[in-house]
Amino acid sequence: MPAHDVLILGAGLAGQRAALAAAQEGANVAVMSKVHPVRSHSVAAAGGINAAIDPSDDWRSHAYDTVKGSDYLGDQDAIEVMCSEAPAEVMHLEHIGVTFHRNERGELDLRAFGGASMNRTAYVADITGQAILHVLYEQLLKHGKQVDRYEEWFVTDLVRDDAGCCCGAIARDVRTGRVEAFTAKNVILACGGAGQVYHPTTNGLIVTGDGIALAYRLGAPLMDMEMVQYHPTTLVENGLLITEGARGEGAILLNSDGERFMERYAPNKRELASRDVVSRAEQTEILEGRGVGPSKDGIYLDITQVPRKRILEALREIVNVGRDFAGVDITTEPIMIRPGQHYIMGGVKTDIHGATPIEGLYAAGEVACVSVHGGNRLGANSLLDTLIFGRRAGVHAAKRAAAMPMPSVAHSHVLDQEAMISAILARPAGAGRRISEIKAELGETMNKHVAVYRDEDGLSTALQTVKRLREEAKTAHIDDRGTVFNQDVLGAIELSYMLDCAEATVVGALERKESRGAQFRTDYPDRNDEEWIKHIELTISDDGPDVSYSDVTVTQWQPEVRTY
Amino acid sequence: MAEFQLRLRRFDPESGEAAHWEQHTVDLEEHHSVLEGILQTKARVDGSIGIRCSCRAAICGSCGVRINGEPGLACNTHLDHAREAAIAAGTDGVIVVEPMGNMPVIKDLIVDMDAVHWKKIQRVTPWLINREPVPEREYIVERESMVDVTQTMACIQCGACVSDCLSMEVDPGFIGPAALAKAYRFVGDPRDDQHFERLDDLADDPQGIYDCTHCFKCVQACPKEVNPMGQIMRLRRLAGSDHEITDPNNGRRHEEAFTSLIRGYGLLHEAELLPRSYGGDSWFGKFHPAAGKELLASLPVVIKGLLRGKVNPKTAAFGHKLPKPALDSVRAIFDKVEGKSHSKRAERYELNLYVTGYDEDEHHASEPSTTTPEQGSDK
Repeated sequence: MPAHDVLILGAGLAGQRAALAAAQEGANVAVMSKVHPVRSHSVAAAGGINAAIDPSDDWRSHAYDTVKGSDYLGDQDAIEVMCSEAPAEVMHLEHIGVTFHRNERGELDLRAFGGASMNRTAYVADITGQAILHVLYEQLLKHGKQVDRYEEWFVTDLVRDDAGCCCGAIARDVRTGRVEAFTAKNVILACGGAGQVYHPTTNGLIVTGDGIALAYRLGAPLMDMEMVQYHPTTLVENGLLITEGARGEGAILLNSDGERFMERYAPNKRELASRDVVSRAEQTEILEGRGVGPSKDGIYLDITQVPRKRILEALREIVNVGRDFAGVDITTEPIMIRPGQHYIMGGVKTDIHGATPIEGLYAAGEVACVSVHGGNRLGANSLLDTLIFGRRAGVHAAKRAAAMPMPSVAHSHVLDQEAMISAILARPAGAGRRISEIKAELGETMNKHVAVYRDEDGLSTALQTVKRLREEAKTAHIDDRGTVFNQDVLGAIELSYMLDCAEATVVGALERKESRGAQFRTDYPDRNDEEWIKHIELTISDDGPDVSYSDVTVTQWQPEVRTY
Repeated sequence: MAEFQLRLRRFDPESGEAAHWEQHTVDLEEHHSVLEGILQTKARVDGSIGIRCSCRAAICGSCGVRINGEPGLACNTHLDHAREAAIAAGTDGVIVVEPMGNMPVIKDLIVDMDAVHWKKIQRVTPWLINREPVPEREYIVERESMVDVTQTMACIQCGACVSDCLSMEVDPGFIGPAALAKAYRFVGDPRDDQHFERLDDLADDPQGIYDCTHCFKCVQACPKEVNPMGQIMRLRRLAGSDHEITDPNNGRRHEEAFTSLIRGYGLLHEAELLPRSYGGDSWFGKFHPAAGKELLASLPVVIKGLLRGKVNPKTAAFGHKLPKPALDSVRAIFDKVEGKSHSKRAERYELNLYVTGYDEDEHHASEPSTTTPEQGSDK
């Protein structure tokens, strides 16, 4: 049975960064991922990474912008950690080989981004996530002796020992169907978010909330799950992302009257207000009949005033996306976009070391809720979050590992998981709905009722639907009975993960009776600082999530009216 | 909505049966992707169809396949374009999707990239070896240098170039287009300390940079305009011209002989090429013992060529020169590409789309110019 000091589940930015950090601490490390590491969804992060590296900038300014962006729901101690450590982290990335673009002086160039009081976003064209992910993978190859890689292994369960500590995971080798136990002194969840709960979403098909559901089932609390970010610029056609970097480089938003409407909603920052503000503004324009396109459900993003050479150099990927997925040459004509699901601020509750309340279980990146994003994440803060807290979790877990013996995982856990999979394989043909149908209904329900604007009725409808779908998912139809690359079985398990995440999101949204950050309740349209500067925590129970609250950590910034 | 026919290559390693074709009808918009077609079939008809995919936006690199025999990504190939290509290929518009080549198939459209692709990536020491001293802040480097390596950084490791690399088909040990493009990412990076060592290593390896046959397949295959062959040529130029690395594979001498013959004659002078490659880049090359040995060894091929009429004895022996105006045009290309100074890299006309390409395409559309490979790959 493989045994490791630190077992990291997920090999995106958070996972790979954690692996490198833990290896440098001398731990015996393994990274496990259901896809090859460079396929991880971090690869799609486009715009850049924030850090106060300009000599005239200050990390406190970055921290303040982040606190304000979070609508005062972010924990300020964690935000201070992230922002103060950001410059060193970006320099570290530069030193290991990330090809950050330079200014004329040969220094890191910084671009403008939403909700930021100055240019502080370092970038590699509009493939920043890809560049960092691939460079981290280079480092994993370099440290191949210290870091084992389990590529294309799918985790079905986490294990706790008698003392309640997390002591390993059970996973299925996607290529062979073999189920195996992986013992670990510490497990770091770095499995990303749950975007596939929504349809459409900018997130890849693999982003199915695995880590969130695994932790939740193990008994870890989820926090702020109602906070779901709608990105202001996703393609009307299919929900693909158009980077905020476009607006950072000077693109503007126009309604059907050709009006640059953000001037009304955010007179100072306009298109570069924070994402919740811009998405709400767009949605309001659409709801009030000023949308563009045949169904009047879009907004024009116009980037044509940015010089063509600059677009091709710095926003090359969205030129391709426009051409390939919308048939539009963005250098010469506007492109139709609208708000679309992009990120979840909530996740598994952790402290500033990435530790969850379950001993031996860590979480970092989108799967986690530290919380540095609170009610709304600023663009280019997510890469930073993954790296800072991935590293911190890796270091902390490695140190914890050094002081303890290797636990063991009983073989019965493997048998349980084999039985679970056998039961899926044994489902009678044609008995239930197809997985794809259930998933589609879930995605549409969430996008209709748990989106930019929410209310009690819609949320209650969504909760009923999610509960029904969960029952239906138990008997969902399976075509593939094989063991090699059985994506049908994985799809069935992923569906159950997504439904757990969806339920938590809806319950959280129903619970929070105010409007803050990404949560806008039309029946409670005001921010209510008296009662609701607190986190909502959800813990598993037989009758669905148990709700409790915890305080938001405030260090130096008191809530203010939020204008951009 | 429109109907499209998809013919998928199916293979179930557990069935004990050989791979076979299976045809499905999908109902989608014309600009939807082949991937959406496959996923619709998977969702509605048969969940056991195996394909790796995630982002749907040509950035994760998972869904490399062959469509109508050509490698590419299923997610950024439109159904209507694929149907047009299918009609052109004479399949009555049935879009044929099969796994990539040069790699073992695991199941259906899923190939084993570890055995071929990732192993070769590891071969090129794929990490930065820092130039010392490592600065406290960022390395101060030329603005253009980072834009330049971004082209190879943009490789998504999809394997499309590996799939159809002709050299790799003949010599499975060839390091290959993707891994060599990755090598340029370090050789072109001013922060790397081992440019010479990397180039020397890749020139020295018989399956390294000189094992590429210039067929352009990888340039066409690449969905991200990484231009792998162009990167290999840049590695050769850096190795041969800048670092003056003479390799045991005779790659550099062959290339020099080749280019000096073209510069001299405007056309390739086959009979001179081999002796000059081995004996030295002048008319006297053929008298060098190494050249004699090679000439003897290739005699059977030469005779076969003569007998089958593939070689004209007169032009083979004496060469054929272009008329003066045409020859001047050829030499003008040399001057433009190599620059006036042959050694200074900064003055060289680099064929990098990120730095030059498109804008030139636009501004000089009416002028006949040296067409960069990338300009032709816009599907």
